[in-house]
Order: sequence, then structure tokens, then C-alpha cells
Amino acid sequence: MPIDNGSDEQMIVMDDVYFTYPNGVEALMGVNLKIEDGEFVAIMGQNGAGKTTLVKHINGLLKPTKGRVLIDGVETTKVSVATLARKVGLVFQNPDHQLFSETVEEEISFALKNFGYDEKTIKKRVDWALNLLDLNEYRKVSPFMLSGGERKRVALASVLAWDPKIVILDEPTIGQDYRQKERLRQFIVQLNRQGKTVIIVTHDVEFVAECNPTIMLMRQGRIIATGEAREILTNETLVNQASVALPEITKIFKGLEDFGFPRKVIDVYEAADILYERLGGQR
Amino acid sequence: MSMFDGFKFRSVSSPVHQMDPRAKFIYVCILFVVTVMFSNLIPLIILFLIQVPFVFMARVQKEWMRSMKGSAMFAVIIFVMNLLSLYFYTGYETFGSILERSLAMTVRFIVLVQTFSIFFLTTSPDMLGLALEQSHIPYEICFAFTTAVRFVPVLAEEAQTIMDAQKARGLEMEGGNFFKRIRNYIPILIPLIVNAIRRSLELAETMESRAWGANRNRTNLYVLKMRREDVLLILISLVILAVSIYVSMNVQMPSIIQLLTS
Repeated sequence: MPIDNGSDEQMIVMDDVYFTYPNGVEALMGVNLKIEDGEFVAIMGQNGAGKTTLVKHINGLLKPTKGRVLIDGVETTKVSVATLARKVGLVFQNPDHQLFSETVEEEISFALKNFGYDEKTIKKRVDWALNLLDLNEYRKVSPFMLSGGERKRVALASVLAWDPKIVILDEPTIGQDYRQKERLRQFIVQLNRQGKTVIIVTHDVEFVAECNPTIMLMRQGRIIATGEAREILTNETLVNQASVALPEITKIFKGLEDFGFPRKVIDVYEAADILYERLGGQR
Repeated sequence: MSMFDGFKFRSVSSPVHQMDPRAKFIYVCILFVVTVMFSNLIPLIILFLIQVPFVFMARVQKEWMRSMKGSAMFAVIIFVMNLLSLYFYTGYETFGSILERSLAMTVRFIVLVQTFSIFFLTTSPDMLGLALEQSHIPYEICFAFTTAVRFVPVLAEEAQTIMDAQKARGLEMEGGNFFKRIRNYIPILIPLIVNAIRRSLELAETMESRAWGANRNRTNLYVLKMRREDVLLILISLVILAVSIYVSMNVQMPSIIQLLTS
């Protein structure tokens, strides 16, 4: 018998969650959200809006001061972080906060050892993760010798290795060059297609526009809007409230509104098509 | 954590905060010496009480209470240890006097905590550095000192983040035997140390690119000047010292038990 959590598909449920840090900062003030199994969500908002605090509630690093958080039907206050981590992979913003092993290989196997996998499985999973993130050549290299972007990929690999159901990425695009960012985007979309629940926390509006996830906008400890990327990212009032910018392409189309161009454009390829057509091109 | 909050600088505008850090430092040193000088309960209680108005003048009662609460556990340990060792190793004393001696040691500890708590609560690391510098200590040493003090909270915060990151990778911090617990700290200490070293190298580079050490004779924007209150504080401290020395050499200190029973 499945545990009743309102609905079978709800992977993450937050029910009127408040959180106050020991120093008195009220980081979350009445957050309600539901994220379905296999959903792709981007959490956006100004600095200090509570984005990182929110995702730390998902793997139980922080427990709500008031309200409750259910992960796959289980309340986070009732299980340890290590138990939740089996389901929820959280990749921190700064890889330097977690890298400590002598080789990349050992770094990736750290979590697998913590979860008690046997030697054979660990080896298989490590190989898989190294391939996945294109890190095979660094297998025996010290993670401290790698560049910033590579360290970030090692951190990501070390989390994906145990194949968590929910993958949370805190500011994944920071410090990545264009090509790595593009790869990361494809990679995230692919993870989501494979059925994983993916949550990204980011300021990078262009990156989000191209991924096309559900967006949750945060401001001062509250979620002020949830919706499709196309709806949220073209709503100037909302976006301003959360200190997020409109995507560049949306700004252009906003300026061209008087010429009968559609307003809700966030994707560059779509924009190119519209312009092409308008300029008399035939497809 | 709450115990350390009682030693962290609190930016409040109060007469005590505005005092010259050198005057406060002299006060702390003298109070320290005097506290260690006495092992009777009465003078130690007096030392505790005379500092209380100081706390209220500095408007740091809340933080001071924290340091007091935080030290309560240590105080209990000190009390019990003293009581046990006095009871078992000095057979000739009455239980009352043993109780009083143990209490005295506990109060001594509390007075020391209180004194240092007041000093660190009311003296910003910057002022402390300035005081060192204007006492003709080489600038390199002063700078190293203030930097070290300033980075303590940064490191504490970073340690917390690292702990979170490793817990998110399934590290169980609690449980296990002694060796396992120590081993659990490796994934936390290595990133912490590596980041600290990396940060110090970065700091050195940014400092050099901002011409650190270009001029031998540095001048300060703020020049410390002893004012009347500062001189007064030093005088009071010296009087406390003088009286204490006199009392401890010439007066037979009565114990509370004696006073109560006579």
C-alpha cells in the first residue's frame, strides 16, 4: 500500500514552510509548492530570496521551523540527511566545498561508499559517471589540479554516480564557458527526459529560456509566481519583482511589438524563424 | 555556537565601545591578574559584581548572557571536579569549606569569561589592530593578527557549508566508533584547509596588487587618543590592582561559612 501523500505523482510537496535561521533571519515565509515526478523546475530570484535555503529543505539539510516538507511521501523531519540523499542529489554551488580526495575516481566513489555499494557496483558506477561527464582522462588526476569548470563537472559526476531520483543543481552555470554551458544544458534536458526530477537554481535567464522548464520565482522568502517559462519570463512586472532580467531576445521583441510581432518570445531559434518569415523568406 | 556569540564583536554605540582599546586591554589584563590572585569566594563575587554595571553601560546584556549561559556547562564541570578532588585528596577540611572552595574556583572561571567577553564584545577587530599598531608593533604582525581574527567567522561558515555538502553526499556525521568519527572529519577538514590556503594566496596577491607595503611609514586615518574616560578606566583598574594586592597581603579573608556560623 503506498503511503498517502495527496497524490501519487507528487515528488516534492512543501506545505506552508517557514524557516528562520538561528541568527533570526527569516529565510522562508510560507512556501507552498508541489513538484511532480519527472518535472523540470528552475527556481529564480534575487540574491537572498531564499533559493538555496529552499533546496536545502529538499534533502533535509534544513528542517522547516514551521510547516512540513514531503519527499516522495516521506516527511523530511523523520529521516536522516543520508537517507534522503539517496533520493535527492544536491550539487552545491562551489565544488571546492566538497572535493577532498586524491583522485577524481576516489572523489566520485566517496558517496557510493557512504551508501554501502559493493566494490563491483562502485567501479561500474564510477566508470559510468566519468564517461557521462567526459572526465575519463582525469580519472587518476587530483581534483585540485583541475580547472574551475572541470572541478564543477567532477562535483556533478560525484552526485550523479548514485543515480538519485531528484537532481538539484545550485547555480550550475557559474564559471562555465559557452561551450560547457551548452553541454550542461543538453545534459540537464537529457537527465529530465530520462525521467529524473530536475531542479536548477540560477540567475542565468538565457540559460533557463533555452531549457524551457517550469519556473518558480522567489522574492523575500516567498514564491511569487509559478508557471511556464514562456509566460513568466515575458512578464516584465513579475520578473522585475524578483530582480531577474528579461531574456535579451524578449527585450527585442517587446520593442518590436508596435510592428505586430508576438510578445512572448524567449527562444532565439523561434525568434529567428519569426524574423525570417517576416523578411519574406520561404521555408 | 551560542557561547562564541558572547565573544563576537557587537557594533553598538555605547561609551564602552568608544573607549580606547588600549585602556580596555589594560583593564582586562589587571582584572585577569586579580582574578587569578584570589581563591576565596568573597573577593571573586565582588569582582563579578563590579563588572556587571560595565555590561549594562556597554548595552551588550543579551550577548553577555549568552557567554554566561554557554559557560554554564564548563562551570558545572569545574565545580564537580573541584568538589571531588578536594573531597578525596584533602581530608582535613570540613564539607562547608570544600563547597566554598569549589564554588570559588567556579566563580573565578565565570569572572574570567565575563571579563574577556566584555572586552571582545565591545572592541572591534579593527580597533584591536589599530591598538597593536599604535603600540609600535610591526605592521606585518598587526595585519596578520587582524586578518586571522577577521577570518574566523568566515571559516566557521565555510565549515558549515562543507559539512552540508558532504552530508548531501551521504556522509553520516553521528554514530560509529571513535576512529570512524575522526575519519569522518577528513572530508571536511581537507576542503576547509585547501580553501583557507587558496584564500590566503589570493589575499596576498590582491594585497600586493594594491601596493601593500609600498610605504615604510604608514599613517592611520584614525589615530587613537586617550581621553578622560580612558585615563579614568586605567586609574580604576590600577586602584583595583592596588587594593587587591593590599588585601591579599594584609587581610585575612573570612569565608562565607565562617560568617554564617559565627
